[in-house]
Amino acid sequence: MTVARATRVQREGSPWTGLWAVVAKEMADHLSSTRMHILEALIALTAIGTVYSAASAIRSVASLEPKFLFLKLFTVAQEPFPSFVDFLGFLVPLIAIALAFDAVNSEFNQHTLARVLSQPIYRDALLMGKFLAGLFTQFVIYAAIWLLIFGLGVIQLGVPPTGEEVGRALWLLVATVFYGGVWMAVALLFSVRFRQPATAALASIALWLFFTVFWGMIATSMASLIAPIRVGLPEELLAQARWQLALRRVAPGQLYAEILVALLRPEVRSLSIVLPFQLEGAILGQPLPLSQSVLLIWPHLTGLIAATLVLFALAYILFQRQEVRA
Amino acid sequence: MAKKDAVIETRDLTKVYNGLVAVDRLNLRVYEGEVYGLLGPNGSGKTTTILMLLGLTEPTAGSVQVVGWDPRRYPLRVKAQVGYIPDRVGFYDDLTAWENLMYTAKLNGIPRREAYRRVDEALAWVGLSEVAHRPVRTFSRGMRQRLGVADVLIKRPRVIIMDEPTQGLDPESAREFLDLIRTLKKEGKTILLASHLLHQVQAVCDRVGLFHKGKKALEGTVEELGREVLGTSHYVIVEVEPDARHLVEPLRGLKYVQDVEVLDDRTLWVKSLRDVRPEVATAVVQHGSRLLRLDVELPSLDDIYTHYFQTAAEGVS
Ligand SMILES: Nc1ncnc2c1ncn2[C@@H]1O[C@H](COP(=O)(O)OP(=O)(O)OP(=O)(O)O)[C@@H](O)[C@H]1O
Ligand SMILES: [Mg+2]
Repeated sequence: MTVARATRVQREGSPWTGLWAVVAKEMADHLSSTRMHILEALIALTAIGTVYSAASAIRSVASLEPKFLFLKLFTVAQEPFPSFVDFLGFLVPLIAIALAFDAVNSEFNQHTLARVLSQPIYRDALLMGKFLAGLFTQFVIYAAIWLLIFGLGVIQLGVPPTGEEVGRALWLLVATVFYGGVWMAVALLFSVRFRQPATAALASIALWLFFTVFWGMIATSMASLIAPIRVGLPEELLAQARWQLALRRVAPGQLYAEILVALLRPEVRSLSIVLPFQLEGAILGQPLPLSQSVLLIWPHLTGLIAATLVLFALAYILFQRQEVRA
Repeated sequence: MAKKDAVIETRDLTKVYNGLVAVDRLNLRVYEGEVYGLLGPNGSGKTTTILMLLGLTEPTAGSVQVVGWDPRRYPLRVKAQVGYIPDRVGFYDDLTAWENLMYTAKLNGIPRREAYRRVDEALAWVGLSEVAHRPVRTFSRGMRQRLGVADVLIKRPRVIIMDEPTQGLDPESAREFLDLIRTLKKEGKTILLASHLLHQVQAVCDRVGLFHKGKKALEGTVEELGREVLGTSHYVIVEVEPDARHLVEPLRGLKYVQDVEVLDDRTLWVKSLRDVRPEVATAVVQHGSRLLRLDVELPSLDDIYTHYFQTAAEGVS
């Protein structure tokens, strides 16, 4: 007997039906979970500690350099404390991973997936809803921290922030959310791939450690393989340095670090390797306007967003192919 | 029961998992208002069939229509009208029963006010109003299962599909659960039930389909299956005074009677194709005996099932 071959059919109805119901539930979960409370407390304490010490350092030199005091709250470190942005480099991935490492596998483990997917929604809405909820939660957390920092700044420094400073802080907020987005997408991907949340969390953290600790070394040695220095000509040195930087930028942490530099230190004029003749005519130490700094970080920011989207797409494809039964 | 339209209809529905045929050219029709039991041993393809009905798994071949729509093309319309209680139904443990159901209501796009009403109603219907605001973490297996029913009621479904709904319930909870199913049937819902707990299926199902290795091997009412598999559909038990033996021959001669067995001096066991109690009673009296007891039993699904699979196994070896 022959069997009529089922043809692939176009499905009907919006893939986003039910999206906002998922987003609302997931955000409520995030904002009330103990896990997030711990991390929120951690980042708030970090902000308070670093900003206090930064403020006292700033006050002592404020008369010499009265510009961009509020941005200095983020960057100035006073022994023994590192600066707030130093902490951000690893707190953001930590929060991002904590938001997503059990997003999908916990639905399997609690046997809720089949029940939820039997409601009139597509899988797209579930995964997208979880992802958006994570992004929004990050936004809420960081926005609160930024407000805390500015509030402390006003009290400690006794002056209000300028519009320029606020603008730069807002761009930083966006960049921070997407830097977190990359790591959240990584954790989401692993939460689809691995049934055990612990495995997914460890895999995400392992990847993050790889990029923070080992990637720099790997980039250095790869660069010297690709563009070896044979005679010691300046061109050779330059080529190797360029390769090294390009390879390093594969790590999201590197992109974020460069964004931090460009946004928080307006005097920075370039994020690539600068040769002395390129600076001819430039007035050193003169701050760039915000729009110029944004142009500077634009490739980095789109890079982070693109990485987030690619990783999310991978998670999406994997999730679409998965059987619903646990 | 008058045959109404089929609310579930499959034609040559097939699912192959990398070389393994899980469902094999299934033709299934379930009619409006009936309780249909999918019956079969582990791995016979019941869950796979259900998932294809809901559009949660892509069929390899064949066609499906549920409430008039193809779940592959119109999954949202199908899922809006079909409630599904998966086997080992799960809830968000940290949320309360009420919150869990509210989430379901929102996913169904039910406006808030209406959702409040339906959630309260559904919880009351399954008797969980008291514990509505307790986290589901604290619920027993039976309570979760009832919450599963409340959960599907939120969308006011036309069809309810339950996979192994009484698995893991104690006899008392299972009985209560079967009562819920009967009430749902009375309210006009069509119910598809997958199970291998035979006496429970027998207790609630109008028709059953017996699955075997992905194929629907048999289908019909329990009575029809009995006739088909065991060659009989009724057992009449007769107890008489003073002696039963002289009744064996006369009873064998009755219409529809297939066999008469002597259980003891006073008791006979009459296998027949119909309920022949009136004829048996007349015969007993005509032959001058006093009738002490006259009972009829349908062959149990257990007998049918065991007999069928024994024969199937012998056929293979
Ligand atoms: N994701 C999968 N990949 C490969 N094979 C699968 C998959 N899911 C199910 N199967 C196979 O399909 C067959 C039918 O499984 P199914 O779960 O439908 O049976 P069932 O009748 O529901 O059994 P049970 O009573 O144990 O629930 C089994 O042989 C099973 O191993
Ligand atoms: Mg099953």
